[in-house]
Amino acid sequence: MDKVMRMSSERGVVIFSKSSCCLSYAVQVLFQDLGVNPKIHEIDKDPECREIEKALMRLGCSKPVPAVFIGGKLVGSTNEVMSMHLSSSLVPLVKPYLC
Amino acid sequence: MNSTSTHFVPPRRVGIYEPVHQFGMWGESFKSNIGNGNMNTPSHIVIPANNQKLDNNLSEETSHGTAGTPHMFDQEASTSRNPDKIQRRLAQNREAARKSRLRKKAYVQQLETSRLKLIQLEQELDRARQQGFYVGNGIETNSLGFSESMNPGIAAFEMEYGHWVEEQNRQICELRTVLHGHINDVELCLLVETAMKHYFELFKMKSTAAKADVFFVMSGMWKTSAERFFLWIGGFRPSDLLKVLLPHFDILTDQQILDVCNLRQSCQQAEDALSQGMEKLQHTLADCVAGGQLGEGSYIPQVNSAMDRLEALVSFVNQADHLRHETLQQMYRILTTRQAARGLLALGEYFQRLRALSSSWATRHREPT
Repeated sequence: MDKVMRMSSERGVVIFSKSSCCLSYAVQVLFQDLGVNPKIHEIDKDPECREIEKALMRLGCSKPVPAVFIGGKLVGSTNEVMSMHLSSSLVPLVKPYLC
Repeated sequence: MNSTSTHFVPPRRVGIYEPVHQFGMWGESFKSNIGNGNMNTPSHIVIPANNQKLDNNLSEETSHGTAGTPHMFDQEASTSRNPDKIQRRLAQNREAARKSRLRKKAYVQQLETSRLKLIQLEQELDRARQQGFYVGNGIETNSLGFSESMNPGIAAFEMEYGHWVEEQNRQICELRTVLHGHINDVELCLLVETAMKHYFELFKMKSTAAKADVFFVMSGMWKTSAERFFLWIGGFRPSDLLKVLLPHFDILTDQQILDVCNLRQSCQQAEDALSQGMEKLQHTLADCVAGGQLGEGSYIPQVNSAMDRLEALVSFVNQADHLRHETLQQMYRILTTRQAARGLLALGEYFQRLRALSSSWATRHREPT
């Protein structure tokens, strides 16, 4: 859990993903499109993958990946990111972290 | 003598010729002489009572006449007394039985031909559906088992979609009527919300169907051909939705213009992101399927990882519908009730026109040049 909290604060925008997860890749592309360079953690490449997954689920994610953190706070998965973006609430959130 | 005018048909024969119920079935096969003396005919084979019977009897009687027997009219009566008559009667029976067997054979052949024709028609119907004619649900085609084997989840979806389209058409009509007339905002709001919920209902249906067969939903086979031309991850493009709607709103406030601009941009960005995700999925799936040596016949390990990748397709379909849902929701938020009603009318008509175009195109194809 601590590891997750640490990892999620490494950068303004952090995405927990898996190398095989194409939805995570879609989310990554979206942030890049917005001018943000998110930190991608491919948890399937991490030896503690199972623990990280459990921690993410405990934080409230229905699926472990993709899990998006902005400013160290959990924003949600693809659904939440898309909804926020269409309601124009995503851009203000990532403004401080633009490249 | 051989007076045909005093032709007497023994009552027993008349009794054998049943009324013409299933005559049509027997058709031309039975134009050949029916003959008389069909006492041996099984009751389920109906012999049409037509004038030929009389002619046949006539010819028989005449032939009897030419054979020279003076006992034209009392064959039955004289059977027991005349061995020749017995022989002739037996021969006639054999002949009748033979003809009966031939008729039965012809009937069965007719049934077989009809059956094949029915199968052919059902296949044509299937093809017509795929070309864009909406010809009802596919459940009837299962009765002979000659359509593609349908997933019950998909069969149910197709039926529900048929009802959805009918309800959609009804709602569009209603919107058109009220917008031309006078309606207060409260009632209009209710209509608008009903129409919105109707779209959301479709997304729910698609989600269930995607679990049953995601390839089916992705293929758009449940839509008409012109709609399929614009297909994007199992449905319409959210950005297309905005393109269709926006020309219909002439008076927008500054805030609305700004909101609409933002929505267009974010919608396009979200769409692009999903498109790129789909491309990656295609690449990884292709790599997975092509993995290992081709031509060795050992696909088993790759199948499992390919199947895992395909699970992701369901997520993409759901995500695409989520995007459509959110786009509609945001438009509803930005617009006034009346504007939203006009927008929904425009959108509904757009899809109606696409469906009509599909039908026109399919028909045009079949016209002789």
